[in-house]
Amino acid sequence: MIYDVVILGGGPAGLAAAIEAKKEGAENVLILERDRELGGILNQCIHNGFGLHTFKEQLTGPEYAERYIDMAAELNIPYELNTMVLDMQDNGDTKMIHAISEENGYQALETKAVILTMGCRERTAGAIGIPGFRPSGVFTAGTAQRFINMEGYMAGKEVVILGSGDIGLIMARRMTLEGAHVKAVCEIMPYSNGLTRNIVQCLEDYDIPLKLSHTITFIHGKDRVEAVTVMQVDDKLKPIPGTEEIIECDTLLLSVGLIPENEISRGAGVEIDRRTNGPVVSELRQTSIPGVFASGNVVHVHDLVDFVSEESVLAGKGAARYVKGELKNEDNFTTVNGDGIGYVVPQHVTVSNIDKDLTFYMRVRKVFEGSVVNAYIGDEKIATKRAQKFVPAEMVNFKIKKSVLEKYPNGEIKFVVEPKEAKK
Amino acid sequence: MKKEMICISCPMGCHLTVEGEDGNYTVTGNTCKNGEIYGIQEMTNPQRVVPSTVVIKGAMLSRLPVKTADTVPKGKIFDVMKAIDEVVVEAPVKMGDVVLADVCGTGVDVVATKSMAAC
Ligand SMILES: Cc1cc2nc3c(=O)[nH]c(=O)nc-3n(C[C@H](O)[C@H](O)[C@H](O)COP(=O)(O)OP(=O)(O)OC[C@H]3O[C@@H](n4cnc5c(N)ncnc54)[C@H](O)[C@@H]3O)c2cc1C
Ligand code: SF4
Repeated sequence: MIYDVVILGGGPAGLAAAIEAKKEGAENVLILERDRELGGILNQCIHNGFGLHTFKEQLTGPEYAERYIDMAAELNIPYELNTMVLDMQDNGDTKMIHAISEENGYQALETKAVILTMGCRERTAGAIGIPGFRPSGVFTAGTAQRFINMEGYMAGKEVVILGSGDIGLIMARRMTLEGAHVKAVCEIMPYSNGLTRNIVQCLEDYDIPLKLSHTITFIHGKDRVEAVTVMQVDDKLKPIPGTEEIIECDTLLLSVGLIPENEISRGAGVEIDRRTNGPVVSELRQTSIPGVFASGNVVHVHDLVDFVSEESVLAGKGAARYVKGELKNEDNFTTVNGDGIGYVVPQHVTVSNIDKDLTFYMRVRKVFEGSVVNAYIGDEKIATKRAQKFVPAEMVNFKIKKSVLEKYPNGEIKFVVEPKEAKK
Repeated sequence: MKKEMICISCPMGCHLTVEGEDGNYTVTGNTCKNGEIYGIQEMTNPQRVVPSTVVIKGAMLSRLPVKTADTVPKGKIFDVMKAIDEVVVEAPVKMGDVVLADVCGTGVDVVATKSMAAC
């Protein structure tokens, strides 16, 4: 049998993409998931704050996942659990997916389209290289989250957290509620990398100090963490001699960023954008290989699952249209990140594939106040995105109407942060 | 009295200014109605949803995620956590099932946030 669409990863991205592909008319759809259940990272995110955009309610991670799992079940979308995808091969009209599982052993599945939804993984201590021994008690925040929320093991009692990403902030509160003492969250940048609401409800609510422009320069202890040396950094992020402070603790959590998981994509020859560490994609999330689509954290790290679902609907739509031979490939525009913008997704746009409007996702490089993001084609400003404040931790979503894009000849769409114009 | 705060009701995180005295407050800076409700509540009786886990027997995993079905007063969070810690449930459980009714006299139930089959 040749599948229409095979989806690699059953997290929120994979589920939403599968549901949309099926609704848009793809018939043989299959989800492959290496874990023991569907839902991805949401299964360990037991806190509330998911789905505000999609469902207009504050859901917890598992609740958000279950709604999508139920929708997939209603559409009778099959899935295989405990199935690890090893490799993908592009044979032109079809792709081969190689996977292994205890139940079915080795499988080679042939499919017309593939959607990559493998999510991302956490950067580890090794990846950032803090001097000291390698004692036990050093965890990535997500690993600690899984231990506590799913397996029921407490990770430690006296805790220091390095990095102010959302997972670190959420874990600061979670461990406090479970009786641990969180002594500090250290962030090397002069601003937090987490959502403002998480600073308020996870740190301020529990009087946990956030040390901005501080980093950990040494981990003490041989068998178990005993303390960490914390130092202030200058504006080049170099530790300032004389600012050393030793904080005793038995646990160090790292929340120092996420990396999209793209071994399979790279292996198949999918073009990767070095700004996002994810595949270069089009408006309907087609990668550089025709018939291979991607969405969610594998494309770029999202802070809100609602936007993962939104993006995955596009990928599902794209895959279904590809299978039906209805996907256009005119590539009218390429997007460019101008001053103040770190990256833009999608990187390519075929206007005729857009329904009514297209949302461009981007991140700013630093905190901007009193500014707007402008979109230009050539010298002409085609749209403006306003907000009270732009911060790197919060993805900017910038919607532009199809009717606006249709007015311009092919070329580049450039996004730039500019000062707000004074009101006339 | 005047207080600046950040609305945590949704990821927009609007910067609110709440002004006024006992029971007579005005909120500015909010983008929607929820921001007004939040701002007034923060002055009078701050509330939070408490998510946690309870022990589950006979399921694939040993912990079942739960939450308070509504917000509870901030000052009661640690009491609520203590009460939640004592709960033990048996699989199967459906999402939304009450695992602990009227936690700490708040009138709010603690409910399962995930369905777990028996195995
Ligand atoms: C700790 C944490 C807290 C968060 N808090 C919030 C929040 O409060 N509110 C909010 O809206 N969002 C939050 N998010 C963001 C949101 O949860 C994520 O952006 C979203 O879950 C990403 O979905 P995904 O499907 O792309 O990836 P994932 O959920 O990671 O799913 C990827 C799936 O692919 C599977 N997979 C990977 N490789 C393979 C392979 N080779 N073979 C088979 N299967 C594979 C994985 O097992 C996994 O199930 C949080 C994220 C994290 C990590
Ligand atoms: S005021 Fe409304 S839009 Fe602004 S953060 Fe609160 S709930 Fe969100």
